[in-house]
Amino acid sequence: MSSRRSRSRQSGASRITDDQIIDLVSKLQQLIPELRGRRPDKVSASKVLQETCNYIRSLHREVDGLSDRLSQLLASTDTDSDQAAIIRSLLM
Amino acid sequence: MMNTPQQVKNPSSSLKSRFITRFLGALTKINAEDPISSPSPTRIFQRYRRIKVASNKSMAYSVRSRRIWSRAMLSRFRSRRSAFSGRRSSVKTTNCTTINVTINENKTAKGGLDMQTDELRELVPGGEAMDVCNLLDETAHYIKCLTTQVQVMRKIVDFCHLSK
Repeated sequence: MSSRRSRSRQSGASRITDDQIIDLVSKLQQLIPELRGRRPDKVSASKVLQETCNYIRSLHREVDGLSDRLSQLLASTDTDSDQAAIIRSLLM
Repeated sequence: MMNTPQQVKNPSSSLKSRFITRFLGALTKINAEDPISSPSPTRIFQRYRRIKVASNKSMAYSVRSRRIWSRAMLSRFRSRRSAFSGRRSSVKTTNCTTINVTINENKTAKGGLDMQTDELRELVPGGEAMDVCNLLDETAHYIKCLTTQVQVMRKIVDFCHLSK
């Protein structure tokens, strides 16, 4: 097994260990609302990946929907003068 | 650019500020170029497209080239601009393909994982050429940025509603 890995000489990621992957997968799990509260050892990596894909897609859809709403709202809003107020309230 | 005194500032909050500044600037520009109070459905659709692109662009530019996914996105925007550009994004593919082959041959959970990552690779910009470690790491950052985008856009929508 190790001989196969040494075939791939990478400077950045020379040996991808199972632990690294487990680490990264559980880090990802924490970002997904569906799986956040559950214990990492109870959730399989493939479940995390599946939910990640679903979550990214739902985020894309949200950006879509919000762009749509903004396109209709902007018509009647003067963002120029309110810009400073918006920035301030958003950053609080 | 925001010149707030940085003591021990959370790096993601300055990313958020950069995004807000850029995106609001883009919105103002879009609004200024199209100041019709009741535009046709076509105009609204075009505006929707522009806003969506502005949102993604603003985030990618705010992250700059610090991430593989943002670099992939930025080079996508640039190659779209110049119709004659034959240059693809300069993502290193050789090393990563080797790793993918290695992992596929490996019959551990990692081997199964690699097949699962196909779907994810299509969703994350530049994902096709990343090795699994990078893919997972980039995905985490990409998700954080997407949620920031959504958060900010929601607040702007709320604000527009309130100020009507």
